[in-house]
Amino acid sequence: MFTELTGYLFPNDVHISWSLMIVMYPYITGLVAGAFIVSSLYHVFNRDELKPVGRLALATSLCFLPAAMLPLLNHLGHPENALNIIVTPNFTSAMAGFGFLFSAYFILVVLEVWFVFRADIVRLATESRGLKQRFYSLLALGVYDVSEAALAIDRRFIRVLAALGIPMACLLHGYVGFLFGALKANPWWSTPLMPVIFLFSAVVSGIAMLIVLYQIGCRFKGIEVDREAISSMARWLWLFMIMSLTLEILEIMTLSYERAEEWEVIGHLLTHQLSISFISVQMVIGGLIPFILLMLVVTMGGVMHDKIRNTLTLSASLLLLLQVLSMRWNVVIGGQMFSKSMRGFRETYVPGLYEKEGVLAAVAIFVFPFLLLTFFEKVLPTLKKSDR
Amino acid sequence: MQDKKNGCDGCGDGLGLTRRTFLKHLTTVSAVVASGAVIGLILPEGAAGAVDSTYDWTRHRWVYLIDTRACIGCGSCARACRAENDVPEGNYRTWIERYRMNAEGEAHVDSPQGGEFGFERIKAGGDVRKAFFVPKLCNHCAATPCTQVCPVGASYTTRDGVVLVDKEHCIGCGYCVQACPYGSRFINEETHTADKCTWCYHRLTNGRKTACVDICPVGARIIGDRENPDDPINEIIATQRIHVLQPELLTKPQCYYSGLDMEVR
Repeated sequence: MFTELTGYLFPNDVHISWSLMIVMYPYITGLVAGAFIVSSLYHVFNRDELKPVGRLALATSLCFLPAAMLPLLNHLGHPENALNIIVTPNFTSAMAGFGFLFSAYFILVVLEVWFVFRADIVRLATESRGLKQRFYSLLALGVYDVSEAALAIDRRFIRVLAALGIPMACLLHGYVGFLFGALKANPWWSTPLMPVIFLFSAVVSGIAMLIVLYQIGCRFKGIEVDREAISSMARWLWLFMIMSLTLEILEIMTLSYERAEEWEVIGHLLTHQLSISFISVQMVIGGLIPFILLMLVVTMGGVMHDKIRNTLTLSASLLLLLQVLSMRWNVVIGGQMFSKSMRGFRETYVPGLYEKEGVLAAVAIFVFPFLLLTFFEKVLPTLKKSDR
Repeated sequence: MQDKKNGCDGCGDGLGLTRRTFLKHLTTVSAVVASGAVIGLILPEGAAGAVDSTYDWTRHRWVYLIDTRACIGCGSCARACRAENDVPEGNYRTWIERYRMNAEGEAHVDSPQGGEFGFERIKAGGDVRKAFFVPKLCNHCAATPCTQVCPVGASYTTRDGVVLVDKEHCIGCGYCVQACPYGSRFINEETHTADKCTWCYHRLTNGRKTACVDICPVGARIIGDRENPDDPINEIIATQRIHVLQPELLTKPQCYYSGLDMEVR
C-alpha cells in the first residue's frame, strides 16, 4: 500500500506497528472497568436507583472481559508465546503486570457474579429438569442454601468484592493509560495525565454502554425503562464526561501554552492528520453535542416526557461511545502518525478491511461480547420487571 | 587542545587521522575484510552465528563511534548490514541521513531507502550552505527504555554492553519499538519478532568487527572495547569532543558521535 509521507521520517517509523487492535484493547477494557464501577455504585455506595441495572452492569463487565484479551492475542507476533508474560515476567516493564492484574480481576468478577446470581442459579436448578437442571446444578457448585441468613452472608461478600473491585478496575484501566503515558520516547503519549484520562473516559464509555444495553434490553423484553435509573445514569455520565473532556482539553492546552518543542509536532498533528478524528469527532460530535444533550436531561429532566429523556440519553450515550473510541484511536494511531525524528508525518492511516488486524477482525472481536451477553441473559436474566 | 596540536581544528578530520594513518587503517580494514571472507568460506555453515567458546563477556565492553565529518554517504554500511544480517526490505538496522542547511539555517533531511544506495548529487547553484551525512544505528543505550519495557525479558543487555533480542522468547508485542526514541527497532515481518542492530554480535564474539565498520571506506564508523586500554577508541573518547543523540532523554547511548550538528536528533 502506498503511504503518503511528508518531511523526514526515520525509515523504520514508516510502519504503524500498533494497529487497530491496540485501539480496540483499551476501548474494551474501558467498557469492562466502566460497567463494573456502575455495578459498584449500587452494591457499595447504595445507589438504590441503579438497582435495575446493577446486575446488567456486572454481566456486561464479565462478558467484555474475555473480549479485552482478543485484540492483544491477535496483535502479537507470537501469540503462542503469550503466556511468557506470566511465566517469565520482566518486572521493569509496565506491560508485565497485565497478566496478573487481568487474571486477578477476572477471578474477582467471576466470584462477584456467582454471589450476585446465586439465588437465581439455585432457583433455576431446582425448578428445571434434565440437562438444564444439570447445567444449573453445575453453576450452583453444590451450594443450595438460600435462607435469609445465607443470602445475608452473600450480600456481605458481594459488598467486599465490589469494594475491592473499584480499585482493581481503576488499576486495570489506569494501567492501560500508564502503558502509553510512561513512554518518554513519544511526546504525544508521555504525560502523567494519561492514566487519569484513560480512567475517566473508561467510566464514560462504561456508563454509556450500559444506558444503550439497558434501553435495548428493556425494549426486547417489553420492560418499561426505569425513570430513576436512566436519570441517575445520565447524571453520572454527564459528570464523568465533563471530567474526562476537561482533562483531555487541559492536556492539549498545557502543551500548547508551554510552546514546548513537542507542540510543533503535536499542534500540526491535531490540525492536520487528526483534524477529523480529534477536533470533529472527539471534541465536537462526541464531546460538545452529548454535553448539551445530557445537560438538557440533567437540568430539565423533571419536566421531560419519558420518551424524550430516553431518546436524548440514548443519543448522548451512542455519541459518547464514539467519542471514547475516537479518543483511543487518536492516542494510539495519532502517536504513530509522526516520526520520532520530529521532522515527518504519515498523512493517513486506513486499516485494511480483511487484514489480520483490520476492520473486519475488529468488528468480529467487538461483536463477541454482545453474543456472550445475549447468552448470559438467556442463562441468567439480568433485567426483570420486578426490580422496582 | 588536541585538535590544535594536530593542526586540524575544524578541518573535517575529526578523529585526528592523518593521511598516513588513514591508509594504514584502510589496509588493516581490507585485511580484516579479506580474512573475514576467507574465514567465512572455511567455517562450516552456522558457525558464523555461534559465540567463540573462549570469548569472555566480562572482559569486554563495546562502544561505537561515528565521525559524521568523515562519512561520504556511500551507503556501503547499510548494504553490508542487510547482507550480513538478512534484514528484510523496508526495514533498517542501520541507515544514513543527509542534512542540507540553507542560508537561513533551515534543515532539509532525507534518507532515500535508508541511504542504502547512496544519494543523488546536490545540484550546483542551490542555496545549500552546509551539508553532511549522519549514519544511524541502535545506540545500545546503557539505560535503555527498550529492555525496560519488554514484558517477557526477551530484550536484554549483555554483560559486554550489547542490546539484543531473544527471538525465541519474544512475543512480538511491539512495545520496545514504541519505546525506542531513535527509531532503531522494528517488527521483522518474516520472524514476527522485534529486530534491531546487534553490533554483529556473532562477529564481535569471534574477534571480528561489525560488517558496517569493516566495510566503511573512510573509517567513519569505529567499534571499540572500553575494557581494552590499548583500543584507540578510548583515546578518542577521552580527548575529543563527542556527543550522543538526544542526551536529554538520559538513555546513555553507547554510540558516540564526533562532529554532530545540533539539528540531528
